[in-house]
Amino acid sequence: MSEPKPKKVDLNRRGMPKQLPEVRRHNFNEVALGYPVKIAVEEAERCLQCKKPKCVLKCPVEIDIPGFIKSISDRNFTAGARILKQKNCLPAVCGRVCPQEEQCEEACVLLKKGGQIAIGRLERFLADWEAGQGELEMPKISPFTGRKVAVVGGGPAGLTVAGDLIKLGHQVTIFEALHEMGGVLTYGIPEFRLPKAIVNREVDYLKKLGVKVVKDFVVGKTRTVESILEEFDAVFIGSGAGLPWFMKIPGENLNGVYSANEYLTRMNLMKGFLFPRFNTPIKNHKRVAVIGGGNVAMDCARVALRLGAETRIVYRRSRKELPARLEEIENAEEEGVVFDFLTLPIKYAGDENGWVKEIECLRMKLGEPDSSGRRRPIPIEGSEFTLPMDAVICAIGNSPNPLISAVTPGLEVGKWGNIVADEETGKTSMERVWAGGDVVTGAATVILAMGAGRKAARSIHEYLSSL
Amino acid sequence: MFRLITNQMIVPNIHLLTLEAPAVARQMKPGQFVILRAEEDGERIPISVSDWDAEKGTVTVMVMNVGITTDRLASLETGISIPTVVGPLGNPTKIEKFGTVLCLGGCYGIGSIFPIARALKEKNNRVFTVIEARSSYLFYWEEKLRKVSDRIVHITRDGTKGYRGHVGRLPEIIKSFQEPVNRIIINGCTFLLKRGSDVSRPLGIETVVSLNPIMIDGTGMCGVCRVTVGSTTKFACVDGPDFDGHQVDWAELLQRRKTYMKEEVIPHRTSRCEEHARKS
Ligand SMILES: Cc1cc2nc3c(=O)[nH]c(=O)nc-3n(C[C@H](O)[C@H](O)[C@H](O)COP(=O)(O)OP(=O)(O)OC[C@H]3O[C@@H](n4cnc5c(N)ncnc54)[C@H](O)[C@@H]3O)c2cc1C
Ligand SMILES: Cc1cc2nc3c(=O)[nH]c(=O)nc-3n(C[C@H](O)[C@H](O)[C@H](O)COP(=O)(O)OP(=O)(O)OC[C@H]3O[C@@H](n4cnc5c(N)ncnc54)[C@H](O)[C@@H]3O)c2cc1C
Ligand code: SF4
Ligand code: SF4
Ligand code: FES
Repeated sequence: MSEPKPKKVDLNRRGMPKQLPEVRRHNFNEVALGYPVKIAVEEAERCLQCKKPKCVLKCPVEIDIPGFIKSISDRNFTAGARILKQKNCLPAVCGRVCPQEEQCEEACVLLKKGGQIAIGRLERFLADWEAGQGELEMPKISPFTGRKVAVVGGGPAGLTVAGDLIKLGHQVTIFEALHEMGGVLTYGIPEFRLPKAIVNREVDYLKKLGVKVVKDFVVGKTRTVESILEEFDAVFIGSGAGLPWFMKIPGENLNGVYSANEYLTRMNLMKGFLFPRFNTPIKNHKRVAVIGGGNVAMDCARVALRLGAETRIVYRRSRKELPARLEEIENAEEEGVVFDFLTLPIKYAGDENGWVKEIECLRMKLGEPDSSGRRRPIPIEGSEFTLPMDAVICAIGNSPNPLISAVTPGLEVGKWGNIVADEETGKTSMERVWAGGDVVTGAATVILAMGAGRKAARSIHEYLSSL
Repeated sequence: MFRLITNQMIVPNIHLLTLEAPAVARQMKPGQFVILRAEEDGERIPISVSDWDAEKGTVTVMVMNVGITTDRLASLETGISIPTVVGPLGNPTKIEKFGTVLCLGGCYGIGSIFPIARALKEKNNRVFTVIEARSSYLFYWEEKLRKVSDRIVHITRDGTKGYRGHVGRLPEIIKSFQEPVNRIIINGCTFLLKRGSDVSRPLGIETVVSLNPIMIDGTGMCGVCRVTVGSTTKFACVDGPDFDGHQVDWAELLQRRKTYMKEEVIPHRTSRCEEHARKS
């Protein structure tokens, strides 16, 4: 390997200031506060500037990581921000929510010694620094090509496609079903993890570049894909994986049993935590159980906790198998979320008014690894017990919403309702229609959705240029 | 933004709103609904569409003033724009040549049953329209309904017009037609839907109800609108809103609709349908 001779390697990964747990559990402000300049520079100086940087290979959009880190240690933040933007149009988002520990940072050569560079935090630092400079730098926009592209869905996949294609001179219109843009970034991920001002800033930026935004427009209902194709040269579908799963156990329709989507939408999109200033009501539950162990479950639990509830996560495997990001698990623990591992809900019981009052559960033990490589949970016979509860949030997963595919006959759909699209180009079975993000892969990550958007944009551009 | 062209209290507590929403109007079919927000910080609420004009690009809804959002909508001045009118949502009501169809509407459903009756008539059905209200002064659109119906029957709880009582009188009414009814379609408050289904069950007439659970997105994303129909869970916004009234778990639906009772001020203007339905 061509790494530079280790001078004296600084393995001290710099921590990022956070709100204290006992403070933040009472507010919805951002938990992590970001690096101050001095610490960012120190952290950046630790990077070995590998000639063949492994970190880059594990970033789904292949950001020039040593490049942007170098500009931080050189204190040339403008240059650094420009490097980020070359590959990632939402660095302030990714720096916050990317699962860095299993992507770029996992591949950092310093990981072995426990001192991997905090790439995500540095990315966030630059993006926030740039935002603090007032007017964002405007990229060069190619002259109008006369081609029109419709983008379905204003989540990370759709935003990426729109950003890439507008710069190439195509006219872009985003159709979004909800009254706000951002997809899961807006309705799912809570304010304390991703402030909505950041998402709005990115959307405003796209609008300044000339992207047209049509909200309150449900493709498949307000207008079909076929009819949109009559007006536009190409369509990109990035409608996400918004269909909530339930466990199909007795009592699931009792009052007080929510899907994670409902709970989070009330809170984030509709700003339920500001009720009654905002009209959408939210209950003040005393005891809340969240079923599941992913990022979505952590978010629900931490929201419920902030509303004053005693909150537990009920998960059927053990801590080691939790699919959520480690950082968020730790944050949840620090804030006081209780974890019931190896526990499976089998039934909800209600009171005389139809409100959930307890969950009947089974204890589990771990068996042999299953197809996913994780040890399979097996119920322990006769281990039933109940947890008294006045609300349950079901966060066991989502799949793509069939609303569009159901009325678009030419569109091939997979087993899980996902739209089938080519991995490299995003092309679907329908002429002039591309798709990408969660609607193709099922619930995944922001950066993967953006990566898919980027590839589709490239393919759409090729197609439009060939006309 | 969607401009409000007309806002008129058509009868006490029910407001006819006509809104400019061209994309919605172009696709609208009978039995579908829209989701509205009255103001930027406002809640999203589902409202059935009572009429539309694809050429002018407008939709007309009947809003019964029962709570915060409907109250805001009712008090909007014409010319003002509201931030959200999204739709058409839900599946259209099934319209075919059924033979004789009884269309039953109460409160806002007197409006939303109109396009259904019209479409049925266009398919050459015999259309009998039954409208129900607390008192005769609460009926509206009777002329419009008359034009698309072979007969109109009224039920009032105070007996000021037509039959006295509640929808419990439906079997007698059907009997009085002296011809078989092949299908019943009901629009209106939950109690009307439930009670109507209860009394039609023994008659063995297929009964379609337009359910109105709490909703947020209206696209199948949140699951708050779930209802049990024939022992499976359905999302009313995408699987409905029309369902077989004989298969709906009414107790559950009524319960779920009360979720936010405590949080939301219930003004004195509610229709007290439940109480009356029980009596008749
Ligand atoms: C609570 C939660 C926490 C998460 N945390 C993380 C995290 O920490 N890190 C991470 O990387 N990922 C996380 N994810 C996953 C990540 O948010 C998604 O993978 C990503 O947002 C997918 O992007 P997308 O553009 O494909 O779809 P989405 O973000 O789902 O956007 C789809 C958009 O399309 C719109 N739409 C749908 N149907 C239609 C239609 N018919 N017409 C018009 N518009 C339509 C939707 O309203 C939505 O705005 C989380 C997800 C959730 C729910
Ligand atoms: C598919 C569908 C179609 C609908 N169509 C119409 C329509 O065409 N016109 C219309 O006026 N309404 C219609 N509704 C009902 C309407 O959505 C609710 O009345 C509305 O959400 C109430 O909002 P709010 O903020 O004014 O009242 P909130 O403050 O949300 O509610 C106040 C209280 O009144 C109760 N309440 C709500 N609705 C009613 C009601 N209809 N009757 C009696 N009590 C009620 C609630 O349980 C709540 O406790 C429809 C609902 C659905 C799901
Ligand atoms: S986008 Fe994500 S994976 Fe790529 S460098 Fe940034 S944090 Fe790492
Ligand atoms: S971040 Fe790690 S792997 Fe990447 S260049 Fe720096 S030291 Fe090397
Ligand atoms: S209203 Fe959200 S799924 Fe039906």
